[in-house]
Formats: sequence, C-alpha cells, structure tokens
Amino acid sequence: MFAAILLFAAVVGIILFIAGRFGGRRGDRVVAYSYLAPTLLMLLVGLVYPGIRTIYESFFDAAGDVFIGLDNYQTIFTDKDQLTVLTNTAVWVLLTPFVATAIGLLYAVLVDKARLESFAKALIFMPMAISFVGASIIWKFVYAYRPDQANVKQIGLLNQIVVWMGGTPQLWLLDWPLNTLLLIVVMIWIQAGFAMTVLSAAIKAIPGDIIEAARLDGVSPWGMFRFVTLPSIRPAVVVVLTTIGIGTLKVFDIVRTMTGGQYDTSVIANEFYSQSFRSDNQGLGSALAVLLFVLVIPIVAYNVRHIRRSESL
Amino acid sequence: MTTAAPPSALDALEAEKPTAAAIATRKLTSPWASLAAIVIAVLWTVPTFGLLISSFRPERQIKTTGWWTAFSDPQFTLDNYRAVLDSEDGAGLGAFFINSLVITIPSVIIPLSLACLAAYVFAWIKFPGRNILFLSIFALQIVPLQVTLIPLLTLYVKADLANTFWTIWLSHSIFGLPLAIYLLHNFMKEIPAGLLEAARVDGAGHVSIFFRVLLPLLRPALAAFAIFQFLWVWNDLLVALTFAGGGDTVAPITVALANLSGTRDSAWHLLSAGAFVSIIVPVTIFLLLQRYFVRGLLAGSVKG
Repeated sequence: MFAAILLFAAVVGIILFIAGRFGGRRGDRVVAYSYLAPTLLMLLVGLVYPGIRTIYESFFDAAGDVFIGLDNYQTIFTDKDQLTVLTNTAVWVLLTPFVATAIGLLYAVLVDKARLESFAKALIFMPMAISFVGASIIWKFVYAYRPDQANVKQIGLLNQIVVWMGGTPQLWLLDWPLNTLLLIVVMIWIQAGFAMTVLSAAIKAIPGDIIEAARLDGVSPWGMFRFVTLPSIRPAVVVVLTTIGIGTLKVFDIVRTMTGGQYDTSVIANEFYSQSFRSDNQGLGSALAVLLFVLVIPIVAYNVRHIRRSESL
Repeated sequence: MTTAAPPSALDALEAEKPTAAAIATRKLTSPWASLAAIVIAVLWTVPTFGLLISSFRPERQIKTTGWWTAFSDPQFTLDNYRAVLDSEDGAGLGAFFINSLVITIPSVIIPLSLACLAAYVFAWIKFPGRNILFLSIFALQIVPLQVTLIPLLTLYVKADLANTFWTIWLSHSIFGLPLAIYLLHNFMKEIPAGLLEAARVDGAGHVSIFFRVLLPLLRPALAAFAIFQFLWVWNDLLVALTFAGGGDTVAPITVALANLSGTRDSAWHLLSAGAFVSIIVPVTIFLLLQRYFVRGLLAGSVKG
C-alpha cells in the first residue's frame, strides 16, 4: 500500500517539478498537458478503450471467437429468462426512484424545523454509509424464515409480525413478483436518505419572500406545498429521480447477496455478472453491459437538459 | 470558504422565519405529521437495530428466537465477533478487514491527487482543446463500470497484475477520476481570479500557487470527494469480485461477507457480527465527516 502511494507521490512530484521549470505564461501549455497526462492516460486505458472493446465483443459468440452480429441482442429480447431480467429491471427502475424520492420528500417536509431535526435526518441518511452487501444482510434478516417447530420461533421480524397477526410464516424471497418487490425495498431504504438530504436543502433555499407572500394571500398548507414548495424544488426533484434511477439500473450487489439472481429476481447488472463470469458467455455479458450503457444515456441526457433549462431561467 | 461569522441578530431573525415546509407541516394536523415522521424513522432504524442486537446474542439464541426476545430475556456475548474475526475456526474476516483498508486508502489518495492537477488545469489554464477535453471527461461519468470490466481484466492479466492490489487500486482510481475532476473544478472556479493573479504578480509559479493559494481553500472540496470515494470503495462489491477473486490475499470484507451470505445462509451469528465489522468503519467516517459529505452531495448533484 505504502509503495503504491509513494510511487504515485513520485509521479506527481516529477510532473510538478517538470512543470515548475516552465514558469510564466509561455509555459502554460506544457504545464497543462503534463498535469493532464496521467489522468488522460488512465481514462483512455481504463474507460475509453474498455468501453469500445466491450461494444465490439458484444457482436461475438460466447467464447469471443466467432462474429455473430446482433444475435446476443436478439437473445436478450427473446429468450424467456432474459425477458424476465428485462421485466425486473423495468420494475426496479420505475418503482425505486419514485418511491424513494416520495418518502425522502415527505420526510424532509415533516422534519423541517422540527426539534432534533439533524438527528432525525441522520437516522434516514445512515443507510447510505452502509454497503449494499451490509444492507442486504440486514434485510435478509428481516425476511428470515423458520419452519414451525416446537422450540424454534421466528427470527425474522416480518414473519413474526405475520405470526402475531395470526398468519403463517412464509419464505418471502421464493415467489415472483413479491421477491423482486422485497429486494426493491432494500434499495429504497438506502436511497431515501439521499433524496431527503438533497430535497431538504432545496426546500430551505426557497426565498422567504415568496413564502411570505403566499402566506399573506392565505394559501392553505396543502396549497403551499402544491403551488410554492413543489414548483420551487422541481429541478432538485428531477436530479434526485434521475440520480437514483441511474443507480438503480446498475444495482447488482443487492440481488447477488440476497438471492443470487435465483427465483426470477435477476436484473441486467446482475445478469451481466452471471453471464460474463459464471456462465462464461462473454458475448452475451458484453451485450448486457452495452444495453445498460444505452439505457443510462437518455436518463443522463434528460437530467443535463433539465439543469440547463432551469439555469437559463 | 470564510470562517463562520458570530451569530448576529439578523441571523437569529433569519432562523425564526418559517420555511414553506414548516408552514405546511404545522398546519397539516400536527399529530398525523409527527406520527408519519416517527413511522418512517422507525422503519429506517429497526432493521439495523435488530441485526445489531442479534450480533451480541449467543448463537443458539439467535437461531431459535427473535432478537426482540432480548428485551425480556437479555443474554449477551462477544463470541460472535470473536468467531467471525478468528481465522482458525471462524470466518476469518479480520484478514479481509485489513485488505479493505489496504484497498481503500490508495484508492482515495491516487485519484484525489491526479484530479487536483487536472481540475487546476481546467479551471485556470487556457490551452487548445480545453473545453472539449473537459466535456469528454465529464461525459465519462456515465460509463457504467460493467462496460469496462472484462477488457480491463484482460489488460491486467496481460500486464501480469492479476490478483494483486494494483488491479483494484488502479480501477477505483480510474472510475473515481471523472467525478473528482468535476467536483474539484466546480470548487476551483469559485475562487476569485484576482487571488491567483496577485500570486502571479508576486512571481509565484504554478506549483507554488497550487500549494500555497489553492490547496488551503480547497479543503472542503477535497474532504467531500475523499469521503465519497472512501465510502464507494469500502462498500464496493463488483470491482472487488471481478479483480480480486475470493481468496483472503486481496479480497475486501464485502466479498467475504457476500460469500458468507451465499454459502452459510443460516449462520446468523456470523453474518450479523460480520455485517457490523464491515459497517463500523464507513459509518464512523460518515458520522464524523457528515458535514462535508452533504456539501459534496449538494455540489455534485444540485446546483444553486
């Protein structure tokens, strides 16, 4: 570890030294390019080249030897298992951002100016610091199941609540689509804190005179929310929705840790991993990665356009 | 950027002013509003709390009764933590924990130092191709990791780096660079140009401007990115799984936990304690530096 840090310190040091010899404005170009050199090199080798390479690989067969055109993409959109993957991904992306944002917004409004506001916020925010693996284990425990036996009781909270209400405990993660919904709960649990933080900051930034004016006009609390708060924080809401949406598209850890993608719970990002590293189907794996990339682009584009528009206002 | 001014009467007045949200809440039949807030807070806290309680209960207890039994029949032990850290007959998470540290620290320092250089150039030096380069780097943020993994793995194998820490350090550094450059660039842009001009007139070169003038001002931005990157690297599973394999020489604690969760599904005494061993570092960092984290969150995603 220290060797790596030292090596990088040396590289940066040499760059600074060389750049330092070109004082004044004439040397600006030299300084610029030498400061940028390591970054550009790493990005070219580590992001640009691999990205292009993967697009290329996605037109080849499982072993990467035979060119098969669009067959991998055709598989994604026709194979029964792959269609389940697509359906699940769609459910994830449609549900997670909206529910997480709604809960985050509701909570931000509810605790605004409340006593212990920062403590209340930290409670919701905390899951963001926990790894997806850690969060998955936490929720696996909530969903845990014990068969009915004399000396063994339910250890999972969800089943215990079912028992308390007079129902029979069940294996929650076996049946589609309930299992996918229960996995989505984990992602919502993690992301709501992010939504709350950003939206809370946006709410606090609403100019006081607008609120004052609305209040003098006798706007009702609901009207205040609907006609003052919501329009004012619209750009922030879009950013939160799109950010969570992108994160959700790429979610892999939760599915892998909780079900391993079994029982029809797989999503594109998890399927990519399974195909590439377990089923040794490099071509299909690459095609799934490319699909992920293609799906991210419109979300980002919408986001960027929205930010631009709200800035020009 | 400036140090906190002493609270004045004006600030106090400012704080008194109700926000739109506060008005909505207060009149929104307060009891229901409080109830909703409490329900959400409980839902967000209880799952973690339950697992935490469990991690201190004896193995037999964990496996036969729910954690809420601990309130009526309290029995606590540190055995689970001992078992999970011990490499002899436990899960040996101790070694993986060290790996996580070894992975994370350079993976934060390397992109941070490189991004400082790059952001400085983009913010303050005019050169041909500046805008197009900056835009390209910004755009690289949208490349999903998945797209890069297999070709990178091939490259690492060819370079004989496979199954060393280098693969993970380099990957995380590369993946972190675009965000780091963007964040630092935004902060640098806000520094008044006059400050740099003055330093130049005094005869300072790029290097001394960078260290004497900019670095002290950039502290909050550096802290923000460092925390982001730290949490991201510490919590990562995908990169580690791809490049580190499963053995305890290179793999971090997330990999060990994920494997434990897959193979020993019912070993809740190990899983609960293991989860908290892995959670303790990021949560501590997060609680200590929350301020910077939030600032980075807002600078990175929402403008104005």
